[in-house]
Amino acid sequence: MNKTTYQKAWFFVLPVVALVAFNALIPLMTVVNYSVQETFGDNVFFWEGVKWFEDVLNSERFHASLLRQLMFTGIILAIEIPLGVAIALTMPKKGPWVSVCLVFMAMPLLIPWNVVGAMWNIFALPDIGLLGHAINGMGIEYNFTRQPFAAWFTTVLMDVWHWTSLVVLLAYAGLRSIPEDYYQAAKIDGAKPWAVFLHIQLPKMKRVLTIAILLRFMDSFMIYTEPFVLTGGGPGNSTTFLSIDLVKVALGQFDLGPAAAMSLIYFLIVLLVCWVFYTLMMKDEDQ
Amino acid sequence: MKKISAVPIIYILFLMLPIYWLVNMSFKTTNEILGTFSLWPQEFTVANYVKIFTDSTWYTGYFNSLTYVGLNTVISVSVALPAAYAFSRFRFLGDKHLFFWLLTNRMAPPAVFALPFFQLYSAIELFDTPLAVALAHCLFNIPLAVWILEGFMSGVPKELDETAYVDGYPFWRFFIRIFLPTIAAGIGVACFFAFMFSWVELLLAKTLTSVAAKPIAATMTRTASTAGYELGLLAAAGTLTIIPGAFVIYFVRNYIAKGFALGRV
Repeated sequence: MNKTTYQKAWFFVLPVVALVAFNALIPLMTVVNYSVQETFGDNVFFWEGVKWFEDVLNSERFHASLLRQLMFTGIILAIEIPLGVAIALTMPKKGPWVSVCLVFMAMPLLIPWNVVGAMWNIFALPDIGLLGHAINGMGIEYNFTRQPFAAWFTTVLMDVWHWTSLVVLLAYAGLRSIPEDYYQAAKIDGAKPWAVFLHIQLPKMKRVLTIAILLRFMDSFMIYTEPFVLTGGGPGNSTTFLSIDLVKVALGQFDLGPAAAMSLIYFLIVLLVCWVFYTLMMKDEDQ
Repeated sequence: MKKISAVPIIYILFLMLPIYWLVNMSFKTTNEILGTFSLWPQEFTVANYVKIFTDSTWYTGYFNSLTYVGLNTVISVSVALPAAYAFSRFRFLGDKHLFFWLLTNRMAPPAVFALPFFQLYSAIELFDTPLAVALAHCLFNIPLAVWILEGFMSGVPKELDETAYVDGYPFWRFFIRIFLPTIAAGIGVACFFAFMFSWVELLLAKTLTSVAAKPIAATMTRTASTAGYELGLLAAAGTLTIIPGAFVIYFVRNYIAKGFALGRV
């Protein structure tokens, strides 16, 4: 759309800027403030420079939780995006079933995150949970509170359960925007189903899939509540992702300096990746 | 009725299994839960629900949650409306940077902000009120609402605005009487998303409240840790938190797909 240049439009955005800035800038400045100082309580602070940043960047603990975080995000993206697209392709295009499918599929998205964790905890308990009971019944030893692999498996499965629907809904919205003529033209040309997918459906879904990857990346990178309730970051530290580690440092040990430095590094990583995606998306939109 | 492929049905079954298990647990007695494994309640009981509806520490949790979620939805969407209009219609100094800056707040991990938020809201004496949580959730809900509404508004041709202007409508009258009804679906979807993300978030809600405004989700985690292992009660409380969500989905079901695509299809 061709937009008019109108500087007074700033008045329209002013309330939004004020509210968000209040919530974003003041806390962010507090974090920056802590990240360069040392405190021994009683509100006495000493200048520390970039010491905390060096500490965090060199700490093995941070490397380990960052690596776990990257692995987790990588795994769930690799599962949820293709799975979501596949399910969207098999959804009915119209009729009463569409609403039924959409309502049921959206259900997991509206369950409070700690309830998701608690629900999966109950579901996966080895003795009384349906999933745990079934897996153990098949003769495979499974206990997500003791085995790191089982904990990972359960956490990933929980996230797939929780968020694949988001990808399905996005991909479905993209698919529905394809005019019926395209399919008929492909049919006349004798195109095979995979050719239709590759040359018609996938390009049409490109934009919504970028949004899906962006949203899934952001949300999985800041995941906290669900794995915290499910596994508490354990067994050991095996499912301690970045946010869980950060809360442990900040509120558990009350090491404000290192926690603040870690927050900023964490935030910068998320920002960088999102900026790349955002630029890609906007470039696409301008065309 | 047209036949439906097996894949969505299997997927929906997979989605419903853990929910079924939660509901199943909520109708069992604690003894039965810990003692036997059964696919449905052997001694059916509603005692867990009765406890929640009669014990004020439980049911006030629901009121608190719904209060701050409702407040947040109203605040987020009403301030996002003019902003989204500006982004969709005008070019102004710094518009693109501002838009990205707004989005970065949707990306900020709540864990980063938990402690500073606690200090900020204590300092302005809003700690432990629903308003504190409602305002804090604006951090990620306003950017999202702006993003969605901007998507929907960009789909409305500019000729509408111009015609109204030529017809002599004052701007605010046009905006409220003509423009808002045109994008009613978008407003519905934005409200739905604000509701959704405020309802499911717990970390900030828990950090910003202690007793008076404690959300239901926090009541649950505290019960889990203090009162031993009352799984049945926990399951019943969990089941009840699913209901408001299922209720609002039903209203936006026809727009939900477009909404998740942020109005950009």
